Amino acid sequence: MTVFDYHRPESLAQASELLAHERAVALAGGTDLIVAIRHRKVQPAMVVDLKSVSEIGDDIAQEGDTLVIGARAVMRQLIDDMTVNRRFPALAKAASVVGSVQIRNRATLAGNLCNASPAADTAPALIAYAATVGITGPDGSRVLPVEDFFTGPGETVLDRDEVVTSVRLPIPISPMGSAFARVTRRRGVDLASVNLACVIDPSGRVRFGFGAVGPTPLLAEATLDDLGDEDGWSRLLAITSPISDVRAGADYRMAMLRVHSGRALQAASKELQAS
Amino acid sequence: MTEKTISLTVNGRPRTLGVSTATTLLDMVRSRLELTGSKECCSEGECGACTVILDGEPVNSCLVLAVETDGSTVTTVEGIGVGGMTPLQESFLESGAVQCGFCIPGMIVTATALLERNHQPSVDEVREGLSGNLCRCGGYTRICAAVIGAVSSGQTDV
Repeated sequence: MTVFDYHRPESLAQASELLAHERAVALAGGTDLIVAIRHRKVQPAMVVDLKSVSEIGDDIAQEGDTLVIGARAVMRQLIDDMTVNRRFPALAKAASVVGSVQIRNRATLAGNLCNASPAADTAPALIAYAATVGITGPDGSRVLPVEDFFTGPGETVLDRDEVVTSVRLPIPISPMGSAFARVTRRRGVDLASVNLACVIDPSGRVRFGFGAVGPTPLLAEATLDDLGDEDGWSRLLAITSPISDVRAGADYRMAMLRVHSGRALQAASKELQAS
Repeated sequence: MTEKTISLTVNGRPRTLGVSTATTLLDMVRSRLELTGSKECCSEGECGACTVILDGEPVNSCLVLAVETDGSTVTTVEGIGVGGMTPLQESFLESGAVQCGFCIPGMIVTATALLERNHQPSVDEVREGLSGNLCRCGGYTRICAAVIGAVSSGQTDV
């Protein structure tokens, strides 16, 4: 790797100031960034390590009717957290398939979003659960739905001096059913060919998050009635535009998306009935 | 600031050294601290040959910058079984789990961390726990058996 300046700011203000520099990049867990630097896909003049910023926590804590996940929280914490497991099991499941044990001990949830891979495993679950992203920059803070955070492969709405400080999940008042599904070539340490999450509420409203079938993770909404026939499914899946790549062909992705969406809806409905 | 002085504890020993910002934790332990048990293989977090325990949790040392570890505690494979082989290491030998041996330091480090977290893992939990460690000899059956063997010997105090 070529050398770069390394800074470990202790406040958001310092972090923003540093990130405003030419070719500055933010570092959290490093499981994507360090690989990208080694492959020269990213050639930073400065790496800004966010792990000591006092305003960015690693807690997973309930604040009123929201579960707030600090941007430093790693996948391992999500997998172990009681509230995540009880209220957002599809997110716990998604976190549990990211990389490997070693990766999950370093990779942050916020970093998974900021890396903006169309195949990011946690994004579909966050989208289905209507999660939002808390962003802070020199001009203040804003909160965006996760599905609006991505603008393209590897691209987000973040200005270069903005950082994600939290991921926020609205805690549902009525019980919901949810499920996560993923297609990979092999069991471990692989990127998803297709991933998705499904959340259904008692009134029959369904939210899907779809990954690896478009330039960004996608939100698709329907009612249970809409999905009673194949036309309804076609309308639901019309927003996707899968590509063919080394992991899967476009046709295969589309076929797997339909099959696994159907199964996820069944599993989520079953969970709802059991609750 | 492309060079920084960091202080950390490696295998129980305090160390202070100047490192380049582009040095990974793996490069540092191998080249600077001459602890060559941790292996470099894929350099992208796929194979687990470089696994070390950083502040209590197994991580890929090829994906951690040395400068990030200032103030941390690191255990490499050299720090495991210092006073004699651990039951896990004995079990690897008894099970014939070692073929070419290149992946074994990573396997030992990851399995040691696994057994600290879960004293009685099932075969599935061992497989899942070691899924970030690749063995090109394909010796997974005996490696899993070795970890289970360390458990069933009743000596999980690895």
